[in-house]
Amino acid sequence: MSLLEVTGIVKRFAGITALNGIGLDVEPAEIVGLIGPNGAGKTTLFNCLCGLLHPDGGKVAFDGVDITGLPVHRRARLGIGRTFQRMELFPGMTVLDHLLVADRARRGEGGLIADLSLQGRARPDELERARATLAQVGLEGDGDRYVEAMTLGRGRLVELARALMTQPRLLFLDEPSSGLDRDETARMTDVLEQLREERGLGILLVEHDVEMVDRVTSRVYVLDQGTLIASGPTAEVFADARVREAYLGDLV
Amino acid sequence: MSEFVSYVIEGIPYGCVFALVAIGLVLTYKTSGVFNLAFGAQAFVSAAIYYDTRSRNEWGILPAFLVAVVVAGPVVGLVLDRLVFRFLRTAPPIAKLVASLGLLVAIPELVRLWFGTNPAYNPPSIAPDHDRIYTFGDYELYQYELISVVVTVLVVLGLTALFRYTAIGLRMRAVVESPRMTELNGINADWVGSLGWILSSLFAGLAGVLLAPLFAQIRAEDYTLLLVAALAAAAFGKLTNIGLTFLGAIILGIAQQVAAGTLPTDSILATGLRPSLPFVMLFLLLLFWPGLRNQREAQDPLAGVDPPPRALDVAPSRGRTTRLVTVVAAVVAVVVGYAVLDAFWMHLVIQAMIMAVIFLSITVITGMGGMISLSQASFAAVGAFTTAQLVERFDVPVLLTILAGTVLAGIVGAILALPILRLGGIYLALATLAFGLMFDNIVAPLDWAGGGNYGALTVPRPEIGPIDLGEDPDFYLFTAVVLGLVVLAALLVRSGTVGRFLDALRGSEAAATSLGINPARIRVTAFGLSAAIAGLGGGLLATFNGSAQPSDFISTLGLFWVVIVVTMGDRTVLGALAAAAGFVLVPQWLSDWDFAPGWQYILFGLASLTFARHPEGIVEWTKRSLVRGVETVEALRALRAARAPAPATATGAPAATGADVASDAMAGKGER
Repeated sequence: MSLLEVTGIVKRFAGITALNGIGLDVEPAEIVGLIGPNGAGKTTLFNCLCGLLHPDGGKVAFDGVDITGLPVHRRARLGIGRTFQRMELFPGMTVLDHLLVADRARRGEGGLIADLSLQGRARPDELERARATLAQVGLEGDGDRYVEAMTLGRGRLVELARALMTQPRLLFLDEPSSGLDRDETARMTDVLEQLREERGLGILLVEHDVEMVDRVTSRVYVLDQGTLIASGPTAEVFADARVREAYLGDLV
Repeated sequence: MSEFVSYVIEGIPYGCVFALVAIGLVLTYKTSGVFNLAFGAQAFVSAAIYYDTRSRNEWGILPAFLVAVVVAGPVVGLVLDRLVFRFLRTAPPIAKLVASLGLLVAIPELVRLWFGTNPAYNPPSIAPDHDRIYTFGDYELYQYELISVVVTVLVVLGLTALFRYTAIGLRMRAVVESPRMTELNGINADWVGSLGWILSSLFAGLAGVLLAPLFAQIRAEDYTLLLVAALAAAAFGKLTNIGLTFLGAIILGIAQQVAAGTLPTDSILATGLRPSLPFVMLFLLLLFWPGLRNQREAQDPLAGVDPPPRALDVAPSRGRTTRLVTVVAAVVAVVVGYAVLDAFWMHLVIQAMIMAVIFLSITVITGMGGMISLSQASFAAVGAFTTAQLVERFDVPVLLTILAGTVLAGIVGAILALPILRLGGIYLALATLAFGLMFDNIVAPLDWAGGGNYGALTVPRPEIGPIDLGEDPDFYLFTAVVLGLVVLAALLVRSGTVGRFLDALRGSEAAATSLGINPARIRVTAFGLSAAIAGLGGGLLATFNGSAQPSDFISTLGLFWVVIVVTMGDRTVLGALAAAAGFVLVPQWLSDWDFAPGWQYILFGLASLTFARHPEGIVEWTKRSLVRGVETVEALRALRAARAPAPATATGAPAATGADVASDAMAGKGER
């Protein structure tokens, strides 16, 4: 049984078919790439998979359970995390706060009664978990910084760390390397591989950095104008003439 | 049947007047993105000027009409645009709403300063032969009704033509989409926006003068009703469609007359529901009118080009010592107050503390939750009425009834929140406003709520065991303890899970939900908590005053509460405390210095215009300015110190170092 099994997703916006019967799957401890030119529908597909958009047709199953109708937060609690192409951080909150919020949200813990009975503040075990996750993505020293003051690259790592705090089994990453410099991209690549090996995460990765896709993914799907035009082991797909024409050009 | 048709015909002139303001609302919303709640007040301005010139100074119809409508209407609009809304064009919708709320509060009082507070009976009409009757088959219309209809139809046709066929109409539509983009094409978006304001304010003035004769006297309150009727019509037109808006206004006008004619006059339906039909219609439309909910708020797509407003300073983590010192200082202040305050001042301070409790409910919902609720007065009323009713009818001890009122208000708030939370931003605010007005008109007059025929409900002071709180000094201590507990609760929630989740939702709803936060649940929690705190405040106020008066909790007063809290600072406890102090003390000072009481509304109403630039509020802004000032002084001292050891060196290196220190200190603060 696949970790994520998507069949026949259709999404239309006012007559335009943005996604036309997309099917894909992700296994545990596997990083799968989703590539294609801008406007191909990658982010739309992500939004359909995590619940921000409701597809007009098709089915999304997580761990064998149909989650097509579930709202975003319910999917998150089942173990689906994501990051965003345009970063979505919480202004006015420290990095540590981001992680603590994610931790509590995932466990569905806390609430008004707990807050009023002095249980609202971060507990030592929560802080410890957050610090461990920060260390894992290489943000050890940044816990008390406000996100507004961070560089784009570090911000993307904060998003990743925040998603990891929800203990996901499946992660959707939307262009995690966009806006990062070479070193930062390398760091991100290492972190992803490490996550797959150590935590057994399944990752669906939208990425324009072909080098990164080539290094971390075992399989890729190629999306163009809302349709899957190729899929299979990364090396084979990258050799495909149609893929080269639609997207890769002379990059590989 | 023919009776029904005559109600319909009677309703059309009303509908036309509603339509004028509604179209003005849509027009300014389209051209400047401002949902101008002050249009009712602007209509009142023209009505007052017309009354003054025509009735008091006996001008002719034409000159009075020209001055009141053709000149004053557009001038008010132009002034508001040039002085206020022009600077808010790219501000967030909430900031625009707060500004128009402030004007809604301030404008009628400004008019009263000049117009006087004496009742102005028998408002004059613009019809030369006011009561002349025109017959159409079996049906009759008065001349002034006919004029209303003709004028409105002309306005609608003219506007439609303007938008559809003229260059300026096209520009106006472009400016709505994106002022910045339009300016890049060489169009002065500023002036196109101003034109929208001039036109719509002309309509507001027109409506004000046309509507006046339908009432027995000119009162600002009636124009708030006009505004809500127009809001309902605009909601029917989905805030953008002028034709639909017109239709909605006509339907509303007719529905009111039909309800007046057909409902039994002695039922609560007739006395309560009929006048509040516009509120009910607005509320239902906001909930159920398809398409409205998904309307994106008019916002400049290029707004992101502007630097975002300065982020809020987050309070530096206070150590145990600071916290302890604050608590000790507060306790000492309360004890000293107990010892030194005379009866008069003690009374005022108790009142301020009770208001602080109510205002903290606004801190919770608006400051922490990021939602503007305009029905806090109704929640306070639930607390007050429950307290009074349980004491009066069931002889329950007062402390228990206050508690019951708190819980009930919380439940009412949570239940109200469930359907309206899907609405964002200004729609949420409008829905709560409609709810508050419905509460005032339908629920508050009932025997089992505000007392109704039963008369004012009396509430005794509580007794705790042997301690009788009947005397003010004892009640003072009791109130201080309650306020302390509410402050503690607010702080705990802010630093706890609920506060952080609310912050997260406000920062990015998409990201917050993707972490597993259930947005509806957490917002209902915030609404319920806020309503409960307001209910507690209402119960306290009733106990303190000895009675629960519906007039203490009317929605229009609630609007003022929001304005004053937001102005002083809705993110901090200190802001709420300062707002409460201002709410109680400013009227006192004004009367001491022989100013009209209306100045209170004018001062705070106009002060709320600062919100767009200083969303942190006046208290926090002052604090930061002081800190910045101190740092500047320190930097200057450093500069002088750097110069001092080397007086012989003419200028050069040491001075430069000093200057660097100074500018660093200032820049560092500015960035935060």
